[in-house]
Amino acid sequence: MKDATQSSPDKPLPPGDPVTVRDLTVAYRDAPVLWDIDLTVPEGRLVAIVGPNGAGKSTLIKAILNLVPATSGTISIYGKPYAAQRHLVGYVPQRGSVDWDFPTNALDVVQMGLYGQIGWIRRPGSRERRIALECLDKVGMVDYASRQISQLSGGQQQRVFLARALAQDAQIYFMDEPFAGVDATTEKAIIDVLRELRARNRTLVVVHHDLETVREYFDWLVLLNVRVVASGPVEETFTLENMQAAYGGRIAFFSGFHAPAIVGSSTGSRALGD
Amino acid sequence: MPDIFRDVIFDYTLRNVALGSALLGLVGGVLGTFAVLRRQGLLGDALAHAALPGIALAFMLTGSKAPIVLMVGAAVTGWLGTLAIIRIVGDTRLSEDAALGIVLTVFFGLGIVFLTHIQHSGDASQAGLNRYLFGQAATLVQENVVTMAVSGAVALSIVALLFKEFKIFSFDPEFAASIGYPVGRLNVLLTSLIVAAVVIGLQTVGVVLMAAMLIAPAAAARQWTNRLGSMAALSAFFGAASGVAGAMISVSASRLPTGPMVILAATAIVVVSILFAPERGIVWDSLRRRRLRRELFRADRTAPA
Repeated sequence: MKDATQSSPDKPLPPGDPVTVRDLTVAYRDAPVLWDIDLTVPEGRLVAIVGPNGAGKSTLIKAILNLVPATSGTISIYGKPYAAQRHLVGYVPQRGSVDWDFPTNALDVVQMGLYGQIGWIRRPGSRERRIALECLDKVGMVDYASRQISQLSGGQQQRVFLARALAQDAQIYFMDEPFAGVDATTEKAIIDVLRELRARNRTLVVVHHDLETVREYFDWLVLLNVRVVASGPVEETFTLENMQAAYGGRIAFFSGFHAPAIVGSSTGSRALGD
Repeated sequence: MPDIFRDVIFDYTLRNVALGSALLGLVGGVLGTFAVLRRQGLLGDALAHAALPGIALAFMLTGSKAPIVLMVGAAVTGWLGTLAIIRIVGDTRLSEDAALGIVLTVFFGLGIVFLTHIQHSGDASQAGLNRYLFGQAATLVQENVVTMAVSGAVALSIVALLFKEFKIFSFDPEFAASIGYPVGRLNVLLTSLIVAAVVIGLQTVGVVLMAAMLIAPAAAARQWTNRLGSMAALSAFFGAASGVAGAMISVSASRLPTGPMVILAATAIVVVSILFAPERGIVWDSLRRRRLRRELFRADRTAPA
């Protein structure tokens, strides 16, 4: 039932770390958006990129995907430049980055995830249709396959984007705010899919804005504010000091944060881990 | 009255005018679909205006008024206008509407300067270049129609071959880039095809009105369908139908200019589509809303039992 067509667990892993970033600086005109980023993302983790507005979270993903030019620095995916490793990468852009009134349906959007495999000029056929339907099924959207995309709710649109990335059958996924403004059903569907992917040793790099769920959803954290403030396992990096360093004084308003941080430091280890 | 239908087939002039207008509508309709969906309806307007100096320059350089020569000139400056817009948007802080405005006015201004210069040069053969401002379909000869048909066929074949690529590029250019499509080159190609559509229409509707033939059929088609393929096909049909209708009206009511009649026919289709298209039409929309209100009102009065 599961993964009839999607190749997988047996696929040989490419050598090297999923993502390595060295001395990356990105500047739009005068202002640096990212400054001297050094980053290594290990295999098979669910990684949150967290930071205040304007911290450069989306820009970091786009720089890794070669969508914005780096002013300086090097980026590699499994040891090679992005252009050579595209087939290993899946991408979920921000939902608001496209016009959802575009005349197309959910199935069609998911099939776009296969265009890279199909190649130029050839059209998607029955194989692509079957894979796309399976991917829609995994996010609970198979009943909406022929729905015009503007008739879907925001959460459903987000799940269609996720299904499109699943169709890419990638080794590492980059997702830009997949949980932003979605309903509870969608949030549950997305996190289930992300966990299943991690169980199959996929690496997931997710721009995330909800500090309340960082600890529950993710096992690796990249705390960003133009520079990398902290990067590592959530238990070690999701601390009050780090959060204050990234967010400034504003973090004091976040009440939910104190409990785990204090418990963590007083009892010695992850008392509130799930 | 049925004479007009017979004439479309057998009358040499009317046949050329009708075919030329239909071709313009067909090609403009398909490429306009992408322009409208990418919210670049005004791009066609800028490109059409950018074609004018090319027409004048082609005449100044060659002394020929052969449509093929002028079309090449129009295509060259239209294409330069395209590159200018893409560069301005990419390299400066100006937004796209400013880039479009700059290219439109600068190129059109240059075109008028060249045309005025030609008129005052005392060259008697120049008479008639002005017709590219508003178009003059009656001057279409069979040779023009054949040229339009061939270039239109090339443009439409490219769209047919790269339909999937143009679709993903129009819907989600960032994702397209992430899976390896050269979006910069796709942009130049698609815009160049719009230039081709503009050039095909110049002799019939002229630089000033050409944009309408890119926008109107596509805007109307969007009202009736939720699929890109059928939108392009319907837009092509609306464009061609406006072309034929405009040609027939302008001939049967003497002294009405063809180009503007084609545009008016397309506009009529837009108005009907916006009002009456089943899902998106304003009329059904307001009827649905009124019925819903009535039902809510009734439910409100009967509910507390």
